[in-house]
Amino acid sequence: MEKKISEIISELKEKFPQIKTSEETISVSTEDLLGLMQELKNSFGFNYLTNLTAADYPADAKGKGDGNEDEDDGEMEIVYNLTSVYEKLYLTVKARVSRKNPEIPSVFPVWGGANWQEREVYDLFGIVFTDHPNLKRILLTDNFEGYPLRKDYQWVGGRK
Amino acid sequence: MLRTETYTMNFGPQHPATHGVFQVVLTLDGEKIVKAEPVCGYLHRGIEKLAESRTYQQVIPYTDRMDYLASMLQNWGYVMAVEKLMGLEVPERAEYLRVISGELSRLASHVLATGVYALDVGGFTGFLLCFRERERMMDLLEELTGSRMTFSYARFGGVADDAPEGWLEKLDKLMDDMPGYIDEYDGLITGNEIFQARTKQVGGLSPETAIDYSLSGPVLRGSGINYDLRKAKPYSIYDRFDFEVPVGKNGDCFDRYFCRVREMRQSVRIIKQAIEQIKEIDGPIKGKVPKALKPPKGDAYAEIESSKGILGFYVVSDGTNKPHRVHVRRPSFINLGYLDEMSRGWLIADLVAILGSIDIVLGEVDC
Repeated sequence: MEKKISEIISELKEKFPQIKTSEETISVSTEDLLGLMQELKNSFGFNYLTNLTAADYPADAKGKGDGNEDEDDGEMEIVYNLTSVYEKLYLTVKARVSRKNPEIPSVFPVWGGANWQEREVYDLFGIVFTDHPNLKRILLTDNFEGYPLRKDYQWVGGRK
Repeated sequence: MLRTETYTMNFGPQHPATHGVFQVVLTLDGEKIVKAEPVCGYLHRGIEKLAESRTYQQVIPYTDRMDYLASMLQNWGYVMAVEKLMGLEVPERAEYLRVISGELSRLASHVLATGVYALDVGGFTGFLLCFRERERMMDLLEELTGSRMTFSYARFGGVADDAPEGWLEKLDKLMDDMPGYIDEYDGLITGNEIFQARTKQVGGLSPETAIDYSLSGPVLRGSGINYDLRKAKPYSIYDRFDFEVPVGKNGDCFDRYFCRVREMRQSVRIIKQAIEQIKEIDGPIKGKVPKALKPPKGDAYAEIESSKGILGFYVVSDGTNKPHRVHVRRPSFINLGYLDEMSRGWLIADLVAILGSIDIVLGEVDC
């Protein structure tokens, strides 16, 4: 099984020379993302988007941007866990967006399962999935301000 | 043909058939559903955010409060992700205790789902009948953990405590009785003519759609896809047990329900085998784990088969004693995502049957 994954990864590297790979993880740019995902689904049988989430990696350790326009503000990483239900193969794809301009193509055209998961990431991180059919808040109310899962989100209460 | 205006109606958030605080905004043509827009988030507590300001150990009780009907499995999923991150070994006896308690939790969840589903489509007797057995399971789980619902039983590298004396025998006795009880459900609920009329050929879901929309658990298997993580990529010690994965044929409400009932029989089989095997295994129930837990920098994703479907935990460590990020792939949330398309064209009464057959827990949907 491990061999199969490594074969897939080396085949992908020929088609998408820019991607970075390690064991079962592929890092891809936002430009290549949609093409890579379509290839993974159509040619390699990754028909199931198990999990889609994100994580915030601000440049400042405390996560507070200093408001300086030119300064690097850090990045956010979107993580896709893919499964091939019939072949029982598992693969992780990661893509990074800048915190200043968090935009990435939606993978809804590839897997319907991205619908609510992308909405959740948009709701909590403020990452915009372009061409998503119904991108609006899902857990929080529509008039909620801010994106709580970003590291610089200030929240009231709780234990110290 | 007579043309009617469509109108909107709120189903919930205080409707008993929504199984919690959950709202569906229905657009109706007469009694026919044109569009069903789910509105969730009423129970959102921000557990993922809270986890970032707690130590790794302190996150375990929060996982109880997601799918509170199968808390054992939630605990298990989380500790498994952290164990993967740290490369921790789990002693054999602890693995057995996890399987036994986890399957018991799955049984309790499925028994409740079965009973509540009977209630949803109008059968009160089935509901009460299921609670009779659930009480025995809850008593056993309470004896093991000290709590009836929020167990927090799993620990990194093991479990909190060994089974009390005589507990495994009591559990064995319950497992001997269970097949008879499940026969009763089959007689009273599954075989009931009205129940079948309400659920068969209703809310059909094709296998292609089920896969495309990332649906999992009995919802996926009801459509005939044989995908259960306990078999597909056996975690823990599931490769040591002999059991089957029940699948449906038509992908309708009845198939999803019936998958659960048949899964109960398989859980009983697994527990019986585990009780037999654990007798031979003596040893620690917790591996050597440092008190101040600081996983190395990096991330890990681990998934288990929960009672509702694939439960995944994505944990990122920045090298400190608090997680940088915890994400939960909640099966109830993702399964609910297809409700709109699934209920279009059906009647309001069918929506209750469809929603019940997905078996959601709002604590897990909203997280």
